Amino acid sequence: MGRRKILAQTQSGAEGMHSLPALLHRNATRFGDAPAYREKEFGIWQCWTWAETAKEIRAIALGFLELGVTKGDHIAVIGRNRPAHYWSMVAAQMVGAVPVPLYQDAVAEEMAYVLDHCGAKYVVCGDQEQVDKVIEIQENLHQVKHILYTDKRGMRKYDHSQMNALDDLMAEGNAGHVRFDAELDRRIAEIEYDGTCVMLYTSGTTGKPKGVVLSNRNVIESAKNSAEFDHLNRNEDILSYLPMAWVGDFIFSIGQAYWCGFCVNCPESADTMMTDLREIGPTYFFAPPRVFETQLTNVMIRMEDAGKLKQRMFHHFMAHAKKVGGLLLDGKPVSFGDRVKYALGSMLVYGPLKDTLGYGRFRVGYTAGEAIGPEIFDFYRSLGINLKQLYGQTEATVFITVQPDGEVRADTVGVPAPDVELKIDDKGEIHYRSPGVFVEYYNNPDSTASTKDAEGWVATGDAGFIEESSGHLRIIDRAKDVGKMADGSMFAPKYVENKLKFYPDILEVVLFGNGKDRCVAFINIDLTAVGNWAERNNVAYASYQELTANPRVLETIRNHVEEVNKSVAADEMLSGCQVHRFVVLHKELDADDGEMTRTRKVRRGFVEDKFSDIIDALYDGSKQVSTTTEVTYEDGRKGSISATLEIIDAPVVPVAQHKVAAE
Amino acid sequence: MLDNSEGYVTEDGRKIGGVVMEMKNITLRFGGVVAIKDISFDIREGEIRAIIGPNGAGKSSMLNVISGFYIPQEGEVWFHGAKRPQMRPYEVARQGIARTFQNIALFEGMSVLDNVMTGRLNYMKTNLFQQAMWKGKAEAEEVENREAVEKIIDFLEIQHIRKTPVSRLPYGLKKRVELARALAAEPKLLLLDEPMAGMNVEEKEDMSRFILDVNDEFGTTIALIEHDMGVVMDLSDRVVVMDYGKKIGDGTPDEVRSNQEVIDAYLGVSHD
Repeated sequence: MGRRKILAQTQSGAEGMHSLPALLHRNATRFGDAPAYREKEFGIWQCWTWAETAKEIRAIALGFLELGVTKGDHIAVIGRNRPAHYWSMVAAQMVGAVPVPLYQDAVAEEMAYVLDHCGAKYVVCGDQEQVDKVIEIQENLHQVKHILYTDKRGMRKYDHSQMNALDDLMAEGNAGHVRFDAELDRRIAEIEYDGTCVMLYTSGTTGKPKGVVLSNRNVIESAKNSAEFDHLNRNEDILSYLPMAWVGDFIFSIGQAYWCGFCVNCPESADTMMTDLREIGPTYFFAPPRVFETQLTNVMIRMEDAGKLKQRMFHHFMAHAKKVGGLLLDGKPVSFGDRVKYALGSMLVYGPLKDTLGYGRFRVGYTAGEAIGPEIFDFYRSLGINLKQLYGQTEATVFITVQPDGEVRADTVGVPAPDVELKIDDKGEIHYRSPGVFVEYYNNPDSTASTKDAEGWVATGDAGFIEESSGHLRIIDRAKDVGKMADGSMFAPKYVENKLKFYPDILEVVLFGNGKDRCVAFINIDLTAVGNWAERNNVAYASYQELTANPRVLETIRNHVEEVNKSVAADEMLSGCQVHRFVVLHKELDADDGEMTRTRKVRRGFVEDKFSDIIDALYDGSKQVSTTTEVTYEDGRKGSISATLEIIDAPVVPVAQHKVAAE
Repeated sequence: MLDNSEGYVTEDGRKIGGVVMEMKNITLRFGGVVAIKDISFDIREGEIRAIIGPNGAGKSSMLNVISGFYIPQEGEVWFHGAKRPQMRPYEVARQGIARTFQNIALFEGMSVLDNVMTGRLNYMKTNLFQQAMWKGKAEAEEVENREAVEKIIDFLEIQHIRKTPVSRLPYGLKKRVELARALAAEPKLLLLDEPMAGMNVEEKEDMSRFILDVNDEFGTTIALIEHDMGVVMDLSDRVVVMDYGKKIGDGTPDEVRSNQEVIDAYLGVSHD
């Protein structure tokens, strides 16, 4: 421990660095010429060095002072991943304000709650769309003193008495630097290690969002520990494309980036992310399972279109990779012949494929948030891509458990991260204590008290257990979602849902059955995968809804459910969770309709209420159900869609009344 | 002769300048068919001017007269205070008039980027030999023009299809690429022939926003033909209404909407 610390300190020269502005100063003075930010604009990667970044951030901070930002003010940042938005957050810290990044795709109503709750007086908006939302909210809120925006387009006609472009603010800040320099330096010097660094709203699968307050200590200790764990250094390149309001992005793109001094690359637009990923070839990468799934699906589709020779080569070498690739990555013994063949495969298949995917330089990367299908996980690992899993929360400043190199598996989430203590209570809920444990929920002492106890232990709300043989944590489900069936056997919906979701055709599943005698399910098909299938098989469809009702699609899904039932039946504890009946929903579950959180987790209770008519029909034995559902469009308007859904019976494997396992 | 008055101010506070283009008593015949009959109207600097009318009213013919593709048998076209002599379309383009087409006329096999680059033709001064040698002047010119094109790609939000061949794009995006190519010429007057034909509501909204933004950001004068009345009335500052080759109305959307002749034309009243 001590040795590692000293090593880190001498390496990074970050001792006594108690804030992000301090780390910024270190980076700008120690390696000012190294790239800090890149953003693709006008078809070219524009680059800012650490020295330039320090200047830009200082200009924004001076501008904030000129606007009259006082210590403790909240500054909301709403926009896509752009250097200027990251800079605004650090500039806010410099002047003693608290940055609050928000989800840019939130509708005005959701945004109103958060802006009201944190009382933000200043808002940095990405573009006209966000400005419009804030103006709409302002009609009721009257608290926002000044709006700043980064993209000037379409903004000419707005009343600028309480609005300014960020560029212009920076120019004004620079012009007034003589007046404000001393004040700014004083404020930077006043930043405390235990002062607030950032406030992040957790979307929460139940209730209103909560503002998680993270201190400088939380962020810097977490960044430091995790960077050392994976030996991150200042030569890393990352691609920042995940929502800025999400804790992970804050830690990777700001915390670790400033601690290590590596370069943050921002894509040109959300639509170009995959191209930009290829161009940058990040060395350190983070993505939810969905990104990896989509990429794998695309690879498979393109391989089917490839020539015979290429196909045979691909399948031959992929089979070999499956056999030895993972072992090689874990440093396990592999025969010489297999090594030679793998090297040949790297030259002919794995290398070019990794390059196409954008993982040519991939050194270490994580997936988290949801379970990842074992086949998908193994596919990437077998190519020699060091993809690992971690388990984390906003309240923990991300890291709770991580998989160390060489101990990577699809079904666990790893061992406790450095300096994290873990315990499982008698109900099976996971608790942790670490330097990353959040300060409080903003203005919400009740929730703070019910989540964090006096000794600093935090309840995760997840049920899990520590595997004795390896010491790895395995997650079962959300603790509150784990229930009992009518016969007393365990009901853990996530377990079954994940098994179904591993089929590319299935996007989302919601399982019901708590307190009932059997389980039923809602299923969302994946439009990309099923649409592609339809194209290949000459199945015509005009809309998502029509595709969901296609008998051949339903038959395919029924087969998937049947297979999953077989595998669930084999699990002694959870064999009661087999799906007896299901519907394929006529619409995708969507965050705009409140059915999911912005991080795409299903709000179970909400879905149960909203579609109660369908659930009733699933249990009362009807063959069909007619339903009308309210939908919210992206601009906030409401509409409704109606449909008649086919209810399908799925074959289940009879289970002998087993000795009740749990407890 | 020419109306040099100061212009007017629109409802949303934009200042519209003097007359840029004036059509005087234009008559266009194809053999015995009279496509346009004695029509006069003007287009002012910075405005969005719409030409509407039922099918076969002569709207596209009118646009083709403006763009120099058709030469009217009678009447005069005045551009920037001077009577325009007979011109070929490329000469008109050099004067600063660019257009899009009702039936998309892009180079299908070429990428979006290359298509938009063709819009810069009038800004390329190097000759074939210099281009073949590439180094030096031709290269510098290419870089300069590419920068201008990239700004337009960014503006119209088509970065993600920059390198995609046009033939692979859906209809709505092709329309946007066509607009990009027209904008690449940095026109003083932009002619749009049914920019929203065949689009769904969302695509129409996008296109409307781009048209308004182009007008707002670059100050480009825009003349457009459109079928969708709702869109026209929302977008344009002044509207010319045509029916059977004649002008039956001219004014602000509100004026035109309450014009009895226009109502008759659209609702269908028997003609003599």
